[in-house]
Amino acid sequence: MNKCIERIYNGIIKENPTFVLMLGMCPTLAVTTTATNGVGMGLSTTAVLVFSNLIISALRKIIPDRVRIPAYIVIVASLVTIVQLLLQAFVPSLYSSLGIFIPLIVVNCIILGRAEAYAAKNGPLESAFDGIGMGLGFTVGLTCIAIVREILGAGAVFGFEFIPEDFRITIFGLAPGAFFVLAGLTALQNKFKAPSATNGSAPRSGLACGGNCASCSGASCMSNHAALEAVREKAEAEAAAAKKAAAEKAAAAKKAAAKKAAAENAAGQDAQAADKE
Amino acid sequence: MSKLLNVSASPHVRSKETTQSIMADVCIAMLPATAFGVFHFGFHALLVLIVTVAACVLSEYVFQKIMKLPLTVSDMSAVVTGMILALNMPANIPLWIPALGGVFAIIVVKQLYGGIGQNFMNPALAGRCFLLISFAGKMSDFAMDSWSGATPLAQLKAGEAMDAADLMGMFIGKIPGTIGEVSVVALLVGGIYLAAKKVISLRIPVTYILTVAVFAFIFGKQDMNYVLAHICGGGLVFGAFFMATDYVTSPITPKGQIVFGVLLGILTGLFRIFGGSAEGVSYAIIISNLLVPLIERFTLPAAFGKEGKKS
Repeated sequence: MNKCIERIYNGIIKENPTFVLMLGMCPTLAVTTTATNGVGMGLSTTAVLVFSNLIISALRKIIPDRVRIPAYIVIVASLVTIVQLLLQAFVPSLYSSLGIFIPLIVVNCIILGRAEAYAAKNGPLESAFDGIGMGLGFTVGLTCIAIVREILGAGAVFGFEFIPEDFRITIFGLAPGAFFVLAGLTALQNKFKAPSATNGSAPRSGLACGGNCASCSGASCMSNHAALEAVREKAEAEAAAAKKAAAEKAAAAKKAAAKKAAAENAAGQDAQAADKE
Repeated sequence: MSKLLNVSASPHVRSKETTQSIMADVCIAMLPATAFGVFHFGFHALLVLIVTVAACVLSEYVFQKIMKLPLTVSDMSAVVTGMILALNMPANIPLWIPALGGVFAIIVVKQLYGGIGQNFMNPALAGRCFLLISFAGKMSDFAMDSWSGATPLAQLKAGEAMDAADLMGMFIGKIPGTIGEVSVVALLVGGIYLAAKKVISLRIPVTYILTVAVFAFIFGKQDMNYVLAHICGGGLVFGAFFMATDYVTSPITPKGQIVFGVLLGILTGLFRIFGGSAEGVSYAIIISNLLVPLIERFTLPAAFGKEGKKS
């Protein structure tokens, strides 16, 4: 059970899809005009993400590796259709304000990313909790952006208006405002960042991907990683050996030089002594 | 020790110009237009100017203090940004709007990209466009007690004809508009001062204004008064001499400056004649600012000794 809670913490704080992983930027920038839209989009994505992770994880040994992406897409698309019909039936106002971005959940990179990176390699329970964590992280991210944008741009929170019309900064309701707010909040997140593999606090591995192999797909990467590490260690050992040898040589040379100088000195003193006499 | 024997590293010949002296020259050049604006629109225009400059300088100081950066307040670039921004405001604007614009211009457009010399578009104009989008109504409300009615460009847009008296009013500045843009003659005095002191080269302003004139002649009306009204109306002269020539956001290659001027002219003409709003100088300049690295790349002069050779 501990692992499940860790997945939720990971999704909301450590690898928040909006502020840390920077995934799913398209809905993030497009639908966050009001807080209601942000929450609605986040929760719809969460629902799809939980079930897609669960199903993909359960089927991970049946789906052939070569056709896994089409298989994932079919699963996700079926789930999105269900969510879309449910939204249309029960919250038509939200459905109409989210518009095209509901069907676009199918190609949301958070969903495909988690399927590839986590669900395809872990058990159904952990994968479902990973989906919950990532989905809630996405919801939190969207809601934060949407609240800031709604306050500044429309003078309201969840539709409750409290800033008079004269003092609203309309640009925050438009596309540029989405970029401003996302950048600002990401900067804040970086300032008070929780350590994670992607924001630079984890120990560096020297690999371009950050070496976060636990959440990476494909065992070949792991073997590559091992091979690369071995090569690196060998090179380091060789370099150290060469350095040591060079140092020894230098020390020997120094010693010899010192000896020679001493001998010369002695000879010189002898000569001086001889002169004095 | 004689000076002849004093060995020092190159460069041995230095210009006496500093960022501060150049920025001071730009401020001096804007004074006639500012004075006219204050005289024309009244005391509130002066307040707008003071508040905007103060907001720019203060936000630069506070940002650099907080981020523990070297202070660049004394180079006067923030003062210039503030002045340009203020001169782009309607005179009766509530004071907090230009202050907000100044903070946005300095912090978001200038400092976040690395401070002076690093900004990718003119901070004052970006601040102006930010305000223009956010407070469209207030930013284009030029009604004053004594001067009401549409700006000349809006009249042109509506299809009204201009006569010689109207043109004279536009040249002197007896028209509604933003604080700094109204008086062509005051702006020209400032522009000539800058050119005489070699702070700016005339390539950008001249090609810009000529291109707008040609564009208006071809795509607008084939009428001298119409073309002249396009040149004297709106922010064209102000933009051409003071905003398009900003060192950071305009090309440094001579050929590039001409390309830049032509591009500005075409964009301005497009926005004015085919676009939805009557004025387009600000947007034309910030869009062209984005293309400056590209222009510079394709107009790089050949290195000494490599002329005539194809690389």
